[in-house]
Amino acid sequence: MENPYVPYPVRIDRIITETEDRNLKTFRFVFLNPEDEAKFAYTPGQFAELSVAGKGEIPIGIASSPTEKGFVSFTVNKVGLVTTYLHNMKEGDVMGIRGPLGNWYPWDEMEGKNVVIVGGGFAFTTLRSSIVYMLEPENRPRFKDITVVYGARTPGMLLYKDELAAWEQRDDIHMHITVDGTDDPDWKYNVGFVPAIAEQKITSADNAIAIVCGPPIMIRFTQPVLEKLGFPPERIILSLEMRMKCGIGMCGRCNIGDKYVCKDGPVFSLAQLKQMPPEY
Amino acid sequence: MTDKVYGKEKWIQGLEGLKNDYKIYVPVKDGDFHAFMPMSEGKAPDFDYDNTRMSPKAVMYPESERLFEYSLDDADPEANILKESPKDFSPRAIVGIRPCDAHGFQIVNRNFDNPEYRDPWWVRRFGSTTLVGLGCNRPCSTCFCTAVGGGPFHEEWLDALMVDLGDRYLVKGLTDKGEGFLAKMTGGTPADEGAYKEAEALAEEASQKIVSSPPTDRLKDQKTTDLFNAPFWEEVAFGCLNCGTCTYLCPTCWCFDIQDEVFGKQGDRIRNWDSCMFPLFTLHGSGHNPRDQKFQRVRQRFMHKLKYYVDKYENGVQCSGCGRCVRYCPVNIDIRDICERMNNFESA
Ligand SMILES: Cc1cc2nc3c(=O)[nH]c(=O)nc-3n(C[C@H](O)[C@H](O)[C@H](O)COP(=O)(O)OP(=O)(O)OC[C@H]3O[C@@H](n4cnc5c(N)ncnc54)[C@H](O)[C@@H]3O)c2cc1C
Ligand code: SF4
Ligand code: SF4
Ligand code: FES
Repeated sequence: MENPYVPYPVRIDRIITETEDRNLKTFRFVFLNPEDEAKFAYTPGQFAELSVAGKGEIPIGIASSPTEKGFVSFTVNKVGLVTTYLHNMKEGDVMGIRGPLGNWYPWDEMEGKNVVIVGGGFAFTTLRSSIVYMLEPENRPRFKDITVVYGARTPGMLLYKDELAAWEQRDDIHMHITVDGTDDPDWKYNVGFVPAIAEQKITSADNAIAIVCGPPIMIRFTQPVLEKLGFPPERIILSLEMRMKCGIGMCGRCNIGDKYVCKDGPVFSLAQLKQMPPEY
Repeated sequence: MTDKVYGKEKWIQGLEGLKNDYKIYVPVKDGDFHAFMPMSEGKAPDFDYDNTRMSPKAVMYPESERLFEYSLDDADPEANILKESPKDFSPRAIVGIRPCDAHGFQIVNRNFDNPEYRDPWWVRRFGSTTLVGLGCNRPCSTCFCTAVGGGPFHEEWLDALMVDLGDRYLVKGLTDKGEGFLAKMTGGTPADEGAYKEAEALAEEASQKIVSSPPTDRLKDQKTTDLFNAPFWEEVAFGCLNCGTCTYLCPTCWCFDIQDEVFGKQGDRIRNWDSCMFPLFTLHGSGHNPRDQKFQRVRQRFMHKLKYYVDKYENGVQCSGCGRCVRYCPVNIDIRDICERMNNFESA
């Protein structure tokens, strides 16, 4: 019998400090047993439990794309016990990852549509996975226009800065990067909160599906913007967070009504959420 | 058919003879209460009991259990790699379990053994355990098994059923597992017509003694958000101490926590029972807590048992009617009342 609690052993291959406050680091892992990589076949939007022996496990969204081979990566914010310990680990250290877990963005439904991505803060991780996935030459024709609004507090708090700059140069993706505020005279992009920039830059809900990930306050103010543009709740997609342990719908702690965020989510449409108790 | 009648002494002797084939758990008097304990530990079974204070859940699913172990010694080439802890899955039997508690196992099994994931520890223990029930001749005032699909002599979730006929037991084999268990037993005489008649009368008498019968018929049709927003939750939760007694004693509560513990250069990953009654259960790393307030946690317990589970599995409520939470709640919160309020709720 397959044991769903067993993590695949991995080695930390690379650690990248993403933000100026050094609170966000990207960890790139390589599987100790190469055959495990195929077993860890994932789809953008899914997450995994990062397992540190002696400390515990934490659910983290998968930031790499399945089109990137040879490694899996995650971007981790330092908040508590396990995340702090992880931030102090070194390249070469051995730990585990368990998954992939949960559902994913509705790729079948997104096919043939305009894709609007709205992200804020460090919740951009699975959105990065999704963008890299869609921009892969063999996938790009499956989607129409791709529009991205991504914001952070300051320029130094943006994730994946080099990639953002590269995407800005491309003409097959419309990037709208913004910061809440900055005194940097060289800042080339937008200044303003994500919902306000979304209101300016997103022009139509026609044949479009919106994926929204960010802190609760950003989600709260982005939702009416999208609804005003004419996005029906079925085409507004959100990814939720809950405290988790098992990640497989057994330990009972991540429920919203009769759904487990770990197994039935973390991705839900606004239409689904409207049927569920507002307890998240 | 291997149905037999055993003198009470003979039955216990027979069980002792099975020690090499099964690890046998029996009700034992332990201080003021009864508890399930392995017979091998020299305790005499006491089948003349109402029910154990703790449900037998821990036999299948221990309060605290080591899942993995690992070395943290950098000199060890396998350091930081988790290894499954060795476990004993040899045959066991719970003898004298009440039908409601067997129902409890069936309910918990739906959580741990589903089409997407199977919990390997639960599945193996559940598979290797034989449940030899004991009909309830004198149900308590807090019992309501008949309201949730069971009954004091309900056979559905058992492998065998004992009926206490005063000076002897009628023992019926109900499944292959149960027949296998009884086939290994020594002693006993084939069950006679008279024994069945007596058992039937006892069963009839026992169900008459169950007086409370909270209605559950409308739970499925109620709208989740209506019940969630019902005005009575603050009042229901008012006296609750969030002590967790109800969830701890309950045979149908399955929530758990996973923790790592380190002893020198050796570590274990352990699973412990947890409870939705505790605020830490849902506290996010960010400090946000979707069930920050007591009434939200109390609401979660009842909504899970009487609405979310009902909708998810379409197989009744997540409660076997054992009455433990009613009996041991220090402030007398009674699931029967809450069930009735939820069932009969009319949204404005
Ligand atoms: C689907 C999903 C995807 C996610 N993706 C990401 C991501 O991509 N990047 C990211 O950075 N985060 C992500 N998160 C959030 C991340 O999982 C949490 O930030 C992380 O679990 C925090 O773990 P920690 O051990 O550092 O914090 P904890 O140590 O759990 O800290 C939380 C608080 O809980 C309390 N606490 C915890 N354990 C105990 C204890 N034993 N006793 C007493 N108090 C205790 C403490 O008060 C502590 O401050 C995601 C979450 C989910 C559900
Ligand atoms: S036993 Fe009673 S007081 Fe204790 S948590 Fe349960 S309902 Fe609340
Ligand atoms: S909820 Fe109460 S009555 Fe129902 S099974 Fe649990 S302890 Fe028994
Ligand atoms: S994390 Fe255990 S049920 Fe979702």
